[in-house]
Amino acid sequence: MDISTKSDTAPPPPPTVVPLEPGSRRPSVRLGDRIFLGLSRGSGILLLLIMAAIACFLAYRAALVLAKNDGNFLTTFEWEANGDPPVFGIAVLAFGTVVSSVIAMVIAVPVAVGIALFLTHYAPRKLSGPIGYAIDLLAAVPSIVYGLWGVLVLVPHLNGLYGWLDTYFGWTGILDWQGGAPRSLFTVGILLAIMILPIVTNVSREVFRQVPLAHQEAALALGATRWEVIRMSVLPFGRSGIISASMLGLGRALGETMAVATVLSPEFVIRTSLLDPGGGTFAQNIASKFSEATVQGQDALIASGLVLFVITLLVNGAARAIIARRKEYSGANA
Amino acid sequence: MKLQRKNRLRALCIGAVAVSGALALTACGSDDTGGTGGGDSSAAADSGNIKCEDAKGQLRASGSSAQKNAIDAWRKNFAAACQVQINYNPKGSGAGVTDFLQGSTAFAGSDSALKDDEIKESSKVCKGSQAIDLPMVGGPIAVGYNVPGVDDLVLDAQTLADIFNDKIKTWDDEAIKKLNPKADLPGTKIQAFHRSDESGTTDNFTKYLKAAAPGNWPYEPAKAWAAKGGQAASGSSGLAQNVKETEGAISYFELSYAGESVDTVDLKTEAAEPVEATVDNATKAIAEAKRVGTGKDYSLELNYKPAAEGAYPITLVTYEIACEKGNKAETLPATKAFLGYIAGDEGQGVLKEKGYAPIPAEINTKVREVINGLS
Amino acid sequence: MSHAATTPRPKSLKTARLPRGSAWGIALLSVLLGSGIGLLAGLGNKVQWGLLAALLFVVITYTAAAAVEGRRQARDRVATSVIWVTFVLAVIPLASLLYETVKRGAKVFDGYFLGHSMGVVADTEPGGGIYHAIIGTLEQVGLATVMSVPLGLLTAIYLVEYGRGRLAKAVTFFVDVMTGVPSIVAGLFVLSFWILILGFDFSGFAGSLALSILMIPVIVRSTEEMLKLVPNELREASLALGVPKWRTILKVVVPTSIGGITTGVMLAVARITGETAPVLLLVWGNSFINTNPFEGEQASLPLYIYQQYANSSGEGAAYDRAWAASLALIAFVMILNLVARGIARWKAPQSGR
Repeated sequence: MDISTKSDTAPPPPPTVVPLEPGSRRPSVRLGDRIFLGLSRGSGILLLLIMAAIACFLAYRAALVLAKNDGNFLTTFEWEANGDPPVFGIAVLAFGTVVSSVIAMVIAVPVAVGIALFLTHYAPRKLSGPIGYAIDLLAAVPSIVYGLWGVLVLVPHLNGLYGWLDTYFGWTGILDWQGGAPRSLFTVGILLAIMILPIVTNVSREVFRQVPLAHQEAALALGATRWEVIRMSVLPFGRSGIISASMLGLGRALGETMAVATVLSPEFVIRTSLLDPGGGTFAQNIASKFSEATVQGQDALIASGLVLFVITLLVNGAARAIIARRKEYSGANA
Repeated sequence: MKLQRKNRLRALCIGAVAVSGALALTACGSDDTGGTGGGDSSAAADSGNIKCEDAKGQLRASGSSAQKNAIDAWRKNFAAACQVQINYNPKGSGAGVTDFLQGSTAFAGSDSALKDDEIKESSKVCKGSQAIDLPMVGGPIAVGYNVPGVDDLVLDAQTLADIFNDKIKTWDDEAIKKLNPKADLPGTKIQAFHRSDESGTTDNFTKYLKAAAPGNWPYEPAKAWAAKGGQAASGSSGLAQNVKETEGAISYFELSYAGESVDTVDLKTEAAEPVEATVDNATKAIAEAKRVGTGKDYSLELNYKPAAEGAYPITLVTYEIACEKGNKAETLPATKAFLGYIAGDEGQGVLKEKGYAPIPAEINTKVREVINGLS
Repeated sequence: MSHAATTPRPKSLKTARLPRGSAWGIALLSVLLGSGIGLLAGLGNKVQWGLLAALLFVVITYTAAAAVEGRRQARDRVATSVIWVTFVLAVIPLASLLYETVKRGAKVFDGYFLGHSMGVVADTEPGGGIYHAIIGTLEQVGLATVMSVPLGLLTAIYLVEYGRGRLAKAVTFFVDVMTGVPSIVAGLFVLSFWILILGFDFSGFAGSLALSILMIPVIVRSTEEMLKLVPNELREASLALGVPKWRTILKVVVPTSIGGITTGVMLAVARITGETAPVLLLVWGNSFINTNPFEGEQASLPLYIYQQYANSSGEGAAYDRAWAASLALIAFVMILNLVARGIARWKAPQSGR
C-alpha cells in the first residue's frame, strides 16, 4: 500500500520541472525554491505584521485609559470605566477566569483522557467508531448553543449537586452554599468542562492512536494487564500530546464569552465560596459591558483583554516548555 | 484497495449532497414572509395612510432593545406601504447612540435622553446642527416575582428598594407582611436578580427607586447596577427566565417579557389603591411627564410619585434620536417618512396591543411638527 | 514486572478468573445494596443512591477480583470500570445537549424556515426563517477561510520547514499571543481600524476579516503540529532523489499530513462559525436577504440565535426559532465536517495503520 501511493506521487516531478526552466536544471531548482521560500516567509512576515499591528493598537488604546485610571488596575474591585475619572481593576476578573478554567480543567482532562482510552483501548470496535465520530462533531457545537443549553438544562439540574456539596463539604468554606440560584463560577467551570471535553478527547485520542503497537504488544507479551499496558506504554508516550490537548482546551475555556455570559451571575466581588454567585471572567465582562461603554470604557475593556493575552501567553509558554522537556517521548521525528 | 474506493465513493456522495444542498438553498430564498400572517389585510388597511413621499431603500438604525417589539410592529406596516426595509439592531441604548454619533445609522433608539456632551459631539455628524430626542414609546417596567402560593403581591417603593438593596432578606419580612395582610408569605429567601449588562431598563428602574424612596436607595441611578448583593443575569430575557425558574426570585423587566407565566407586583403609590403593571396604567403615569428638553428637543422627565388613581410609576420612555438638521441626504426621506408614521395616529395606535404605552397627545403633536421640519 | 520472578509459580498456566457474567451480577448487587442503604438512611436524592451504587460496584469488584484473581487483575478491573464510568458520565451532558437541540429545534424547523428570511416578521410572532442568516454565515465563513487558509498554511510550512532564527521565533510568539485574543477584541480592532479609521461600511467582509484574525492562529498551530509529525525519513528520501525542497514539501510533506491539516482547518472553521461577538460588531445583522458580502449589512446564524434568544424570555416563537437555528448551525458544521473528513480520507496516502 505504502509503495503504491509513493509510486503515484513520485514520478510526476521531473516532467513538470523541465517546462518551468528550459535551460540548465540547477538554477531552475533554486528559482522554485526561492519563490516558495519567499512565499512562505512572506506570509510569515505578513502575519507577524498583522498581529504586531493588532497588539500595538490594543496596547495603545489600553495605555490611553490606564493613564487616567483612578483605581489600581491590578487590585481595584470595581469597574466604573465610563466614569470621570474612570475607576477599574481586573482582580475579580483574573480570579474568576483562572478559577473557572482550573475547575474546567480538573474535571475535563481526566474525563477526556478516560474517554480517549475508552475509545482506543476498551470500547468494542462497533461502538468506538460512531462514538468517536459523535464526539468529533460535538467539538464543533457553537458556544452560544452551549449557553442556551446551560441555562435551560444544566443550571436547574445543579441544585441537587449544590445541596449535596453544601451538606457534606460546606464546612470547608469553599463549597458553602447560601442557596442562591446555582449560577456561580463553579457552574461556569462545569459548563466549560463540558465544552472543552470534546476537543481534549479528540486530540488525546489521536495521540493514543499513534502509540506504537510494538510497545503495547511487548508489554502484553510480558504478561501485563490492560491497565498496566496503558500506564506503562500508552500514557508516557501520550503525555506531551495530552498536555497540548489540555492547552487547546484551556485556551477555549479562558476566552469563552457567550456561554459564560448567559450562565454566570456576575458581580465585582471575590467570594470565598465557589458555589455563591459573583465574580466574572474577562471575556464575559467585555461582552456585558461593551454595548453601553463609552470610548473610554471600551479602552478599559481592551486593557482587560490584554491581560487575558498575557495569561494565555504564560499558559502557552508553560505548555511549550513542558513539551520540549518531554521531547524524547514524541516518537514521530526520532 | 477495495476499502479505499468505497471511502472515496462515500466522500464523493457526501460532497455531492452538500453541494447540491447549498445550490438548492441559494435558489429558493425569499424575503416574502408577510403573506402567511393573518394580520396581512389589516396591515394593508393601515398602510393606506402612511405617506411614503419618495422614500425607498434600506434604513439602518440601532439602539434600545426595550423598543424592539414596537419597531417590529411598525416596520411591518411601514414595509407594506413603502419600499423601505427598516433594519433595527437592538444592541442597547448606549451602543445605538455611539453608532449614531459615528454616522453609521440614520437614527438611534435610546431609553435615555442624550447627555450634554453627546449633544455637543453630535454637531459633527449633524453637520453643525445637533441631535434631538423624540419621545415615541412608553412602557411599564414590571417587577416579576416567583413565590408559590402568592398570586397577588403589593409592594411600595421603600420595600422594593430594601429588597433590591439586600436589606429585606426573606419573603415573610414584617414590611412585606404589612403590605400584604392577606397573603400567606413563606419564609423563603428572597433572590433579587438584576441585569449583569448595562442597560436603560436598569437606569429607569433605579431612577424610580431613587426618586420614590431616596432614604432607602442610596445609589445614583445609572445604567450599571450599583447596589451590592443579589444576583445578576444578562438581558431582560435572562432575568425573566430566572424568575420563572427560581423559587423566591424577584426582578424587573419590560412588561412584555413577563408573558403569561410570571406574576407581577402591584405597586402602592400615593393613590388609595395599589396599581397593577399594565399598559393603561403606565399610560396614565406617562401622561404626567414634563418636558425638559429645549428647542426642538423633547426629552421628558417622568413623575415617579404620581398621585392619580391607577397610575403605574415605574415606566420608561424611549426616544428616537435624529439630527434636527443635517441628516444624511440619502436616508432623509425614508427617516422622515418612518418617524412621521410612528409618531402619527396609526403608529401610536398599534402600541397598546404590543404592550407599550403611547406618548401623551400634546407632546406627540409637537413631536410630529418637529419631524415634519427635519432636514 | 521484575518481581514476577519472585512470586510463586502458578499451579496451572491459566490463572483463576471471575465467572463471565460476574460484572453484571456485581452491578445488580450494588444497585440493590445502594438503594437499600439509601432507603434506610433516608437519602431523598436518587442521585445519591446512584453514586452509592457506583461506589459499591467498584469496591465489590475490587475485593472479589483481588480474592480470586490477584491484586494486579483487580486493579485492571477497577481501571476498566472507572473508564467505563467516566465515559458514561461524559456522554450524559453531551447527549442531553444534542437531544434538547433536536427536540426544541424540530418544532419550527422545516423547508419554510430554511427558505425564508425573517423579513418583517416581528420577534414575538411565529413565522420567518433563517435563509438570510445561512447565506450570511456561508459567505462570511467562506471568505474568512479563503483568506486565512493559504496564509496559515504557508506560515506553518515556513515555521516547520524553513524557520530558524529570530523571525521564526517572533512569528511563533505572536501566533501564541493571538490564540488568546478574545473574539470581541478582534472584532473591536477591525471596527476601529477598518470601519472607523479607513471609513468602510459594515459588511459581511468586515466580519470575515475579524474571523480571519481568530482563525489564522488556530490553523498555524494545528498545521505546525501535523507537519512535525511527518517523519524526517520521508523528506530525506525525497531530497536524496534530487527533488527540490519546495516540491518535496508540496508533494511529500503536505500530502502525508493532509488528513491532520484538514481536521485542523475544520476545527478552526467550526470555531469561527459559532462566533457571535465580532459578527455583532461588524456585520450588523439584517432581517432581510443580502447576498453581497462586500456591501451592506448581513445576518449570520450565531448572531440570529443570540438575538432571538435575547428577545424571547425563554419561551414563545423567538425562543423556538433560536433553537431551530441552533439545530441548523450544528447541522451545518456537521456537514462541513463530514465533507472535510471525506476529502481528507480520499486524499491522504494510506499509512498502513
